[in-house]
Amino acid sequence: MYKMDFSVVLQSWDLFLWGLWLTFAYTTASIVIGVVIGFAVCFSRLSNNWFIRLLARAYQEVFRCTPLLVQLLWFYYALPLLLGFSLDNTTAALLTLSLYAGSFYAEIFRGGILSIDRGQTEAAKAIAMSGRQTMWRIVMPQALKRMLPAFINQSVIQFKNTSLISVISVGELAYMAAVVNGQTYRPLEAYTVVAVLYFALLFPMTQVADYVERRLRVSD
Amino acid sequence: MDLSAPATREAKAASASADVILDATGLRKSYGKLEVIKGVDLSLKAGEVLAIIGPSGSGKSTLIRCLNMMETPSAGVIRYKGRQVETRFASRKERVGYGELRRHVGMVFQHFNLFPHKTVLQNICEGPLVVLREPRESVEARAMDLLAKVGLVDKRDVYPNHLSGGQKQRVAIARALAMRPDVLLLDEVTSALDPELVGEVLEVIRALVQDGMTMAIVTHEIAFAADIADRVAFIDEGVIAEIGSADSVIHQSGTARLRTFLSRFHS
Ligand SMILES: Nc1ncnc2c1ncn2[C@@H]1O[C@H](COP(=O)(O)OP(=O)(O)OP(=O)(O)O)[C@@H](O)[C@H]1O
Ligand SMILES: [Mg+2]
Repeated sequence: MYKMDFSVVLQSWDLFLWGLWLTFAYTTASIVIGVVIGFAVCFSRLSNNWFIRLLARAYQEVFRCTPLLVQLLWFYYALPLLLGFSLDNTTAALLTLSLYAGSFYAEIFRGGILSIDRGQTEAAKAIAMSGRQTMWRIVMPQALKRMLPAFINQSVIQFKNTSLISVISVGELAYMAAVVNGQTYRPLEAYTVVAVLYFALLFPMTQVADYVERRLRVSD
Repeated sequence: MDLSAPATREAKAASASADVILDATGLRKSYGKLEVIKGVDLSLKAGEVLAIIGPSGSGKSTLIRCLNMMETPSAGVIRYKGRQVETRFASRKERVGYGELRRHVGMVFQHFNLFPHKTVLQNICEGPLVVLREPRESVEARAMDLLAKVGLVDKRDVYPNHLSGGQKQRVAIARALAMRPDVLLLDEVTSALDPELVGEVLEVIRALVQDGMTMAIVTHEIAFAADIADRVAFIDEGVIAEIGSADSVIHQSGTARLRTFLSRFHS
């Protein structure tokens, strides 16, 4: 019978902590950039120009309909061949994570905006608001509130997805587990620690999402 | 040399056309192949109350929504104080954009459409603050006057979802009035209300009539229309089938379609 011993693994606590920080950093950075991309793409999809709509749609479908793992490998190994210069793995990782997040956020934002009753836009127009005023003062505040649970859920998924960047050797939490396992030959302990750390990080977030969702249902 | 005669005539012509605040000529509106408004001429004079009645689906809402360019007409011309309205937001030279048009022509909807994320006071102040860019103090003072007028002073800091339908509609009317419009367009503003709440809203409208507000009112409250309107227009299948004084249209008209329509309200 295998005898569990976490002490060896936990001696590398600094590696785990470093990995946790990296995961957190890549995720937040990609969420921030993803939100910017998401808004840009969302408004492109609501544009009056069919060509802009088409481009935005194409981008979204490409990133939503291919696995993130394949995207990471493609951006790191394939894209440099097209560009003629290489991307370092951290750039490729952040770029891919952000584009991936952006495609999903765009859909969440678009759904939120479209879910706002047409009467709201009409009432804003009736007091002579411009399109921009209508969007930012009337539609968006209501839409943001409504899209919040979906946004948090997508961000939780993004946290987990960040573990995939280890395939292009970018250090983060899951990568550190592999490193510690390599040093200690204790896969059970190493990977258990990582799983627990992920859970400790994400469980509160899902609880927040649930809470927000319940609150919104009451206030609507 | 007598220059006064032509000058007087010109002044008279100018004042006669200045009297008309809003008018539509040759108005048409289609949705795809379905033509809903089939050539309507209509004008609203200052201080006039026009009631628009007609069967469901006859195009009443579409017509009134064309008057503030909420719907873009397929053909025809809308004029605001004699100036042609065009389909862009900004005004340009003598043409009126729909931004300017809507600053002067307010609208109240069947389903209130209050902004749920803003309090009653914020709903009313939104237009004057954001669109007219007036100073907050004077806007809020005016908003409070309006709240007094519609009897909802104590609700100023309440969110719309805590109001009854009748209260919501009174706030919506105050919101439109806060823009100090020349004309108010009301589209079935009591149709979504429980019967016992209709009266309080009609009362507010009646007070507006007394104040001399120019209004176009789409309504199924025939008795109310007959009571307050200077003119009544009966819309049938996208045209004005009959228009005239309330008395001539509602009480004396012999048109079969109109009689059939009206008979449904006497039950
Ligand atoms: N956005 C739209 N797209 C397509 N058809 C429309 C649209 N709006 C209205 N219609 C059609 O135009 C016709 C007139 O509609 P409208 O709403 O003006 O009638 P109404 O006289 O106001 O009726 P009601 O008394 O039921 O409010 C109807 O047949 C309706 O189905
Ligand atoms: Mg209607």
